[in-house]
Amino acid sequence: MYAQGFEYYRAKSVAEAAELLRTKKDARLLAGGHSLLPAMKLRVASPAALVDIGRIAELRGIRTAGQGLTIGALTTHAEVAASPDIRKACPLLAETAAQIGDLQVRNRGTIGGSIAHADPAADLPTTLLALDAKATASNGTSSREIAANDFFVDIFTTALQPGEIVTAIGVPGQAGGGAYLKHRHPASSYAVVGVAALVEIVGGRCARVAVAVGGVTTRAFRAAAAEQALSGKAADDATFAAASEQVRGAIRDPMSDLYASGEYRTHLAVVLTRRALALAAERARS
Amino acid sequence: MASRVFGSGIKRREDPRLVTGQARYTDDFTLPGMAHLAVVRSPYAHARIKRIDASRARSLPGVVAVFTGQEMKDAGFGGIPCAWVVPNSDTKTPPYPPIAIETVRYVGNAVAIVVAEDRYLARDAADAVLVDYEPLPVAVDPRKAAEKGAPQLHADVPGNLCFHWKVSGGDVEAAFRSAEVVVKDTIRQQRLIPNAMEPRAALAQWNGAMGELTLWVTSQNPHIARFLLSLDTGTPEHKIRVIAPEVGGGFGSKIPHYPEDSMVVFASKATNRPVKWTETRSENYKCTIHGRDHVQEVELAARKDGTILGLRAKVWAGMGAYLSTASTGIPTILHGLMLSGVYDIPAIHEDVFGVFTNTTPVDAYRGAGRPEATFMIERLVDLLARELQVDPAELRRKNLIPPFTDGHTVATGLVYDTGNYEAALDKALQMADYERLRKEQQEARAKGRHLGIGLCTYAEICGLGPSQVAGAVGFGGGLWESAIVRFHPSGKVHVMVGVSPHGQGEETTFAQIVASELGVPVDDVVVLHGDTSQTPMGWGTYGSRTTAVGSGALMGAIGKIKEKAKLVTAHLLEAAAEDIEYADGKFYVKGSKDRFKTIQDVALMANVAWNYPKGLEPGLEASAFFDPPNFVYPFGAHVAVVEVDAETGEIALKRYVAVDDCGRVINPMIVEGQIHGGIAQGVGQALWEGAVYDDDGQLLTGTMMDYALPKALAFPRFELGMTETPTTVNPLGVKGIGETGTIASTPAVYNAVLDALAPLGVARVDMPLTPERVWRAIRAAKRS
Repeated sequence: MYAQGFEYYRAKSVAEAAELLRTKKDARLLAGGHSLLPAMKLRVASPAALVDIGRIAELRGIRTAGQGLTIGALTTHAEVAASPDIRKACPLLAETAAQIGDLQVRNRGTIGGSIAHADPAADLPTTLLALDAKATASNGTSSREIAANDFFVDIFTTALQPGEIVTAIGVPGQAGGGAYLKHRHPASSYAVVGVAALVEIVGGRCARVAVAVGGVTTRAFRAAAAEQALSGKAADDATFAAASEQVRGAIRDPMSDLYASGEYRTHLAVVLTRRALALAAERARS
Repeated sequence: MASRVFGSGIKRREDPRLVTGQARYTDDFTLPGMAHLAVVRSPYAHARIKRIDASRARSLPGVVAVFTGQEMKDAGFGGIPCAWVVPNSDTKTPPYPPIAIETVRYVGNAVAIVVAEDRYLARDAADAVLVDYEPLPVAVDPRKAAEKGAPQLHADVPGNLCFHWKVSGGDVEAAFRSAEVVVKDTIRQQRLIPNAMEPRAALAQWNGAMGELTLWVTSQNPHIARFLLSLDTGTPEHKIRVIAPEVGGGFGSKIPHYPEDSMVVFASKATNRPVKWTETRSENYKCTIHGRDHVQEVELAARKDGTILGLRAKVWAGMGAYLSTASTGIPTILHGLMLSGVYDIPAIHEDVFGVFTNTTPVDAYRGAGRPEATFMIERLVDLLARELQVDPAELRRKNLIPPFTDGHTVATGLVYDTGNYEAALDKALQMADYERLRKEQQEARAKGRHLGIGLCTYAEICGLGPSQVAGAVGFGGGLWESAIVRFHPSGKVHVMVGVSPHGQGEETTFAQIVASELGVPVDDVVVLHGDTSQTPMGWGTYGSRTTAVGSGALMGAIGKIKEKAKLVTAHLLEAAAEDIEYADGKFYVKGSKDRFKTIQDVALMANVAWNYPKGLEPGLEASAFFDPPNFVYPFGAHVAVVEVDAETGEIALKRYVAVDDCGRVINPMIVEGQIHGGIAQGVGQALWEGAVYDDDGQLLTGTMMDYALPKALAFPRFELGMTETPTTVNPLGVKGIGETGTIASTPAVYNAVLDALAPLGVARVDMPLTPERVWRAIRAAKRS
């Protein structure tokens, strides 16, 4: 539980951090440190240098942007969960952040760090996918926006280029009701399965539905078939049950571990999808 | 005043230092010139060591030395002794070198040690030691390891059979012949990892000029540690001082004398520097003892009216790769003798096979043997109730041993001290409102909800124990306790005890005893423990014995103080000693309430001795030893209520009612604290915890991210009740309460879950009851 030796740099700006990332051999970014540091202590990861971005002011803050929000990459999960702006504009995101890990993790872990790490068992990628969120990435000189669906490539793999840093996450305002349900790993509190659902109801029918499923496969995914099955249909339990069955077919090669087999994860994905849809619809109505 | 202190839930004096970070643990000690030790550990579960190349490690800056097992052996250090060898069982005790010499036998087995200027350099250097291994076949499961053709761990232990121990009472064959009903189960008491909050640590300081050794160590029993260290380190007992400073929890895992304790001693001698080793959490998972690990085949014979006739069992108990300090006593004496539980069972037979496997050594873990016994009988009683379609509470009631105050002998030969089991059951059922619960369950079932109610009525053996019995059952030490009570001139008191509490709160409760008995304010008493140079000999804190046995010694010393104080008072008041009476901190002349001396008056005069009885020794100090005539047997009844989500297999613990009887209660808040923690740990076994090895002997649950410990959020508010049946075994009538929660809650919660699943046709699921296992069991039952 002692990391191997490493160099430590504290960056004062995104430009400086990008420069350090480029110039220092085998350098990794350090934000909240809640994934990287445990890996280093177990000597699973042994970067030669750490570039600490934890004190860069421009990476902080939650700003409303039209109907949506721009959330600085260093915003902690606890801040996301508690922010009145987020709870108002996008309660699904706040609800998700509130379910991450435990209090200590939520107080240190950051939204930018979480998505850049792209752990398939993380909670935020699932919800950000459902929300059609966008990540802003900077290489120190220029920046670009990456849609969530493009951002998450595979297990621990994102669309970020070497030297690129996530600076902010853009989230559209939430229309309709949302729900994030997870089966929590009893030890790690990661999502064995997490399902984010958004349901907009017009005249008793599903107008717009988004469903994302995390924890089951190597990256969270949008359950497109389930969404299509609901479009324009009555927002009732039978419809949700039928649509959630569509999730099963969308899962190929589910992950398996000591705690939960792929078969069980797939089963949970179906059940949690149905329940998340029902809860989101209930919230949409109220 | 006296009566208010004893039995009052005053706050623990230990807590302010613990919660403000002012407690000093072994790792907090830093000595001038201190070096740090790291251990090179085997990544293989079973392998021959072909070559160790430490040349690169030795050349790294800051490295003081690298040592192998052979070098340690050549320096005169012996193997780690096993201190409990159960008789009549042909127990094999193969060599347990602190650092493996030719063969490694579990993942984490020490192969070499590195001493360096700081712990980081030591760790880096340990990684730089190159070891060539020749992997050998691996045995992991205790039952399979005992089968023909299984890989052999030790050359002189054929079939990996460490021992075959038997207990027999009554005519079991006849019981099963005449049975109208027999229920059976195969129970896997999964391997558990104790996970004390503070990992282990050891700091040795060898003083060559004096030939003296000081060891700071995370121990539950520093006097035993000193005794055992004198056996394997070559330093005589009187030249060893063992200090157990603040110890952050043990749960049995800090009883053993560990290889690392000897390593730091060896390293300190070899380098002539103080040497410290602090376990990492990863090492704690692999290298600190594990608990349980039984495969149990058990059957219960009964008549159709529910009368239990006999119990028969075969148990394969995993011992791990080597015999840890108390290991062989746990699945035998502390398990097999308790199979009767609270029931009148005329015939019992059990065979226990202790089996070596390529895993971390197994030893005492909270409950140590009794959870494995209690679960067995409590599960079978529930299966019998199900078979006979009778209420499990009523079936229990029918078979309970009737109340007794003067000993009750069970079929295994134990004589329980005192018991009133039906009273505890009644109270628990009443607190739970059992009849209404059953109605609610019916209503819930009608709505497709799966509510379950689980019971456990238990008795356990603790307060270890009479030394004669310890000797007869092969325990390598005594089990008495000692205490010194010392009054200072100002009337303040020091108490020195041989027990070594590490979270149980005896600094508070022992002060309460002294305050109540001698009439001093409770804050005037300080209880010292944990340092062999400051405290009298004692056998330590485990087996819920600290209060049950330690308070006996304390009461003996208090009695001597009172007798001496009477002599001093008689002299000062010019009265006859036999006319002096004691009450509430005052020594009176019989019949005249205004003629008295307080204990503080006496303490001052005894210490200055200006005006003092001729021939009486000055000072007010007494020491006493207490060897209990029997064990104590606390008991109780627990009721758990759960709801199972049949669609996902998830389990919610809705209510938990616990009625426990630990005799007289010194501090109800501390008793409740012990019960709370115990329940949580026992529920951990039922629902979440379980060490898993793969077929290659790799520990798959080696971190807190994989091994699920109980978390506060999973628990409802515990509803606690007490009955009070004092023991006759010690002066205060107190029984142990440290392990009851762990013993009772595993079967209570397991029975509740299986009760919830009964309408779905599920009869058994292996622990821990993970959602997937429950979901699969439901699915399998639906299909069949």
